[in-house]
Amino acid sequence: MSSNVEVKFSEESLKTIKEIVARYPEGKHKSALIPVLHIAQSEFNGWLSPEVMEEVAKVLDLQPIEVFEVASFYSMFNLKPVGKCLIEVCHTSSCWLMGAEDVVNHIQKKLNIKVGETTSDGMFTLKTVECLGSCGSAPMMMVGADFYENLTLQSVDEIMDKCKQADKRSSYMVDKMLG
Amino acid sequence: MGKKLLLEHIDVPGIQSYEVYRQKGGYKSVEKALASNNPDGIVEEVKKSGLRGRGGAGFPTGMKWSFLAKPEGVARYLVCNADESEPGTFKDRYLMEKIPHLLVEGMITSSYALGAKTSFIYIRGEYFYVLRILENAIKEAYANGWLGKNIKGSGFDHDLYVHIGAGAYICGEETALLESLEGKRGNPRIKPPFPAVSGLYGCPTVVNNVETITAVVPIVNNGGEEYAKIGVDRSTGTKLISASGHINKPGVYEIELGVPVEEFIYSDEYCGGIRNGKALKAVVAGGSSVPILPAELILKTANGEPRLMSYESLADGGFATGTMLGSGGFIVMDETTSIVKNLWNFTRFYHHESCGQCSPCREGTSWMEKILHKILDGHGTIKDIDLLWEIQGKIEGKTICPLGDAAAWPVASAIRHFRKEFEEYVLSPEKIVDVKHYYKVNNLVEA
Repeated sequence: MSSNVEVKFSEESLKTIKEIVARYPEGKHKSALIPVLHIAQSEFNGWLSPEVMEEVAKVLDLQPIEVFEVASFYSMFNLKPVGKCLIEVCHTSSCWLMGAEDVVNHIQKKLNIKVGETTSDGMFTLKTVECLGSCGSAPMMMVGADFYENLTLQSVDEIMDKCKQADKRSSYMVDKMLG
Repeated sequence: MGKKLLLEHIDVPGIQSYEVYRQKGGYKSVEKALASNNPDGIVEEVKKSGLRGRGGAGFPTGMKWSFLAKPEGVARYLVCNADESEPGTFKDRYLMEKIPHLLVEGMITSSYALGAKTSFIYIRGEYFYVLRILENAIKEAYANGWLGKNIKGSGFDHDLYVHIGAGAYICGEETALLESLEGKRGNPRIKPPFPAVSGLYGCPTVVNNVETITAVVPIVNNGGEEYAKIGVDRSTGTKLISASGHINKPGVYEIELGVPVEEFIYSDEYCGGIRNGKALKAVVAGGSSVPILPAELILKTANGEPRLMSYESLADGGFATGTMLGSGGFIVMDETTSIVKNLWNFTRFYHHESCGQCSPCREGTSWMEKILHKILDGHGTIKDIDLLWEIQGKIEGKTICPLGDAAAWPVASAIRHFRKEFEEYVLSPEKIVDVKHYYKVNNLVEA
């Protein structure tokens, strides 16, 4: 997370980025910005540092400020470091009706952190998020791109253990961006 | 059992795959469209069907299509709105996950009707795993000659791409969605010009919801008139309803428009009644934005007629005693629910999701959240209830996009129908000991 680490996309990511840019008409490469920010976030430790955003600007031939103004608008882009497991609990109406507050309180207590914080060992970050379209299987939470639904306190514990033991950090990108 | 047009084959094993989908009659609408050699004829069928936009606004789809400008030599686009984020709504996710080829087929047939050589599905970022399902379906469609150059020898070329978002409710508003698709912040555009004239990259564009586009498949297959035979009044066809909250059987149900609300809530074919034998208190019938109605007004109109699941019946009585079908996000609340706290939940949502462009929405949603928080904290006054009423009235109709209205209506309707409960909260704050008025289900709550 320091600025002296060189930020460079892998060859594989560059190939995917090229493929994504080709989906949009000539001169409309800015359309690729959000998908490319997802790739960047996944490749560079789950968040977008100023250096990462500069690298994104470079590969898409944009100004860094154009990248920042977009990254700061969307709630899935982290502008601060996050833990290895990013837990996002939905707390909008249907999930609230079905007990989302208990899920949040349970995780806060278990990890001894508040919503928005990261554990000191860098393992977990806890966030609350607005409706994730899982209202019929509430309460729910998301870790990386995985949906966990019909939660009980017991299943929350099991999910957290599983994520802790996983060898990779949680990521929104399932495997690769493209099929 | 009502007729199923979209979910007919949802339980067929392997329906996610091209082979099984095709065996079940998949891609017939594309064959029929291409063979007709008459794109305008398809627009006419959609007009005849009476199909209305299934994302929430309910605007007639055929009319929207016929507005599309067609200047010579300018590209036209079809964009599918798969940014489903309206609280209480999860039908599009269900469709895309369970039967992805239905959307791909609908996109191709609709694009042919509109003369769009390129189309995009804009899907919300949180549905990343669904993106993979769609990418695979599209790959299969290319491999089988349904996408690409000269589709099935017709001379029609079409490319379809999925585009991922990154978490922003506002991008479900069609012009914000187009901004986002162009790689910008999701700030809604001032209309006019409408997307039909100047949409994606300044080109004529149609933006339709996932369910709307999938409904085009049975309309083309069976004809618009057949489709229009289903339903009541100007509510034709079937509608997916996302049912959630305090009911026995939450989930996505395809209904023939016109089913009585009472049947929808209590029959075993649908929601199966209220959990734990409790009484019904209130329903938000069409996603968080539509007015909340108390039990007596959702089951029957103010005139005492049975309320039906249709655009007209749900709206009967205007906002004084009615609501809207909206996106079909049907949230059921039982007698233990705190309307005040649920409203705080909604206002927090709108405050979080306001793009910040228009002052009434940016400032108003923030104030409404703060005032409700104050009331829940036991520090509210009667004047605060009046202030809430006043603020919502100053947001409604005074913003570029409908998010302002969407934020105002839940507040207005909650105060209109449940003012007594708000008064109790401010007059007897000692009664608000524990505002966790939700079900203690499963073993969720620690002993």
